[in-house]
Amino acid sequence: MEFAFTQEQEELRREARAFLEANPSAPLAELRDLGWLGVSVPEERGGGGLSFVDEAILFEEAGRALYAGPFLTTAVVLAALPEVDENAWSVEVDGLVPDLDAADRVLSEEMEACAAEGETLPTVDETRPLGRLVAQSHKVSVAGEWEPVRLRLLAALAVEAVGVAQKALELGVSYVSQREQFGKKIGTYQAVSHPLADTYVETELARSLAYWAAWCVAEEDEGAAVAVAAAKAQCAETAVLACERSIQVHGGIGFTWEHVLHRYYKRAQWLDAFGGNAATHRAAVAAALLDPILVD
Amino acid sequence: MNLRDTAEEATFRAELREWIDSNLTDEIRHGRFEEAGRDWSRKLYAAGYAGLTWPKEYGGAGAPYSHQAIFLEEMARAEAPSHLGVIGLGMAGPTIMAHGTDAQKERHLDKILSTEEIWCQGFSEPDAGSDLSAVRTTARQEGDHFVVNGQKVWSSFAHMAEWCILVTRSDPESQRHAGLTYLLVDMHAPGVEVRPLRQITGEAEFNEIFFTDVEVPLQNVVGEVGSGWQVAMTTLLHERGTLGFALTAGLEAQIRKLTALAKQKGATEVQRDAIAREWIGLQAVRYTNYRSLTTLMKTGIPGPEGSGAKLWWSEANQRVTKLALELLGSEAQLLNGDSQSHGSAPGYWQHQQLRSRGNTIEAGTSEILRNIIAERVLGLPRSR
Repeated sequence: MEFAFTQEQEELRREARAFLEANPSAPLAELRDLGWLGVSVPEERGGGGLSFVDEAILFEEAGRALYAGPFLTTAVVLAALPEVDENAWSVEVDGLVPDLDAADRVLSEEMEACAAEGETLPTVDETRPLGRLVAQSHKVSVAGEWEPVRLRLLAALAVEAVGVAQKALELGVSYVSQREQFGKKIGTYQAVSHPLADTYVETELARSLAYWAAWCVAEEDEGAAVAVAAAKAQCAETAVLACERSIQVHGGIGFTWEHVLHRYYKRAQWLDAFGGNAATHRAAVAAALLDPILVD
Repeated sequence: MNLRDTAEEATFRAELREWIDSNLTDEIRHGRFEEAGRDWSRKLYAAGYAGLTWPKEYGGAGAPYSHQAIFLEEMARAEAPSHLGVIGLGMAGPTIMAHGTDAQKERHLDKILSTEEIWCQGFSEPDAGSDLSAVRTTARQEGDHFVVNGQKVWSSFAHMAEWCILVTRSDPESQRHAGLTYLLVDMHAPGVEVRPLRQITGEAEFNEIFFTDVEVPLQNVVGEVGSGWQVAMTTLLHERGTLGFALTAGLEAQIRKLTALAKQKGATEVQRDAIAREWIGLQAVRYTNYRSLTTLMKTGIPGPEGSGAKLWWSEANQRVTKLALELLGSEAQLLNGDSQSHGSAPGYWQHQQLRSRGNTIEAGTSEILRNIIAERVLGLPRSR
């Protein structure tokens, strides 16, 4: 049992954090140049030959920086293709396509690929708009099953949510350590500090679930589906709550458009809604725990 | 990152599981804790499972912390009684190793390992709960001994203990953290009186201890006279450091019973959602413990991520036990089945639910734990 990242992985995290903080909306091509696309695809298929756990570090840092662009979906789809290509990919889930405007190609739950043609819809999270495909005659079927794609996608969303929660916490801690009212730093007051302590605990718990799910996906562990459902449910909810608490301890400034927090809050809610919300995934966990297993 | 047991850990786990299967009898599992617990503790010692992480020079197994974690997981899985010497093994022993004299090590450590002598803890007082620095039990030096007077409360095992780790105020002029002295007190000495403290479950797990002119030899001081606060912090570090795995393993057993009950009685959609939520929380706290353990094994210090384990566990255990009562419906109010019985009887869950109210108070209240996380982990300004 060893639940820690290697030095190389920590180094990758440092690099990713530095780059994404400086370039939160860098074009996908720049990320490709950094070698961040197809990280977990075997080298013989044109990928980086690392594991999904390595890739998860990038998703987490992308969430922390609120990266705008189809990085996560491209990375997830590339792992399902026979060979890494140069396209920006998105996925169609429940009829909706994230970052449709910035994508070249879209993979659907039927394992059919098509051009990213359609309408981008006004979306609460402006940094990750959803779109709908137009009906197309030219669809190409992709070999393989959707289930492994779905697991990677949900695990990636869970890890990204941890990055969002972490940033919301850091913003809150930083603010209450400086802001003074009644002659004291407001972080002195337990009514302010205790919700942040709760966010810390919940974020660390969510982080453990997200890494566990990522590891199960990387290892193709038999428990991967349940681990991924657990992580998606908990991590997205944790991110939403972390943002809400951070907005609260910021007071009025946290409620303004100019402050960055609302963007994290909207991303957190996006992450909860897309690919099945927390209650949906908990229902799947409950079924695995409580219902008799049907054997045919 | 590898979330499976290593070959060596898997071997340790398999051997332990086999040993439990052939040694944990029904008499031990369901017997009166005072006798059955003693038998069980001696068996653990004979098999080399007491003091797993104690250094070999002090009679321990010198095993890595991962073995202690596996040990706690397997004990909870088998629903084995807890070791009678938990305070000796987890608190008194490590404190004596860190701050004690050679004579104290010689006198006490072997007997702690073998459970020949049981220990209790004399820290909390009626007016010193979360604020340990408010202790008022006095130790007055007279020649070659201290004379101790005062009252301690919430002491597990005091009614069966041979020894007590006691925090006293040795300098009557001192305030707060200064002027405290840490003593090892013979519980059979004249002037020591133990009274059981009946709690909301109806049983008496804890005790009050009254000290009236109790003579404690100077050689029983741990650390320096007046430095009791620093010594006590070592004890509490050990209390909190090794706690996470035991708690998580206990919660896992509880949730296993909860899901069995839900299958038996049926659960509404809302209850199914709540059960799934608790199971997910359990996985989260379990893997967080593993992360903290990995840091502990690499650096000797547990990772900060583990600091929330007790806080989370205590509130989760309260929710889980209430959820079980909810599944039982009106029947939940019946006292059939007793506290020793298994998870389908209302009596079991009534006992567990009432007991769980203590979880957010004992071993650091949730309020104190949130202060610690806010100030020491997040670096927020101090509230006091």
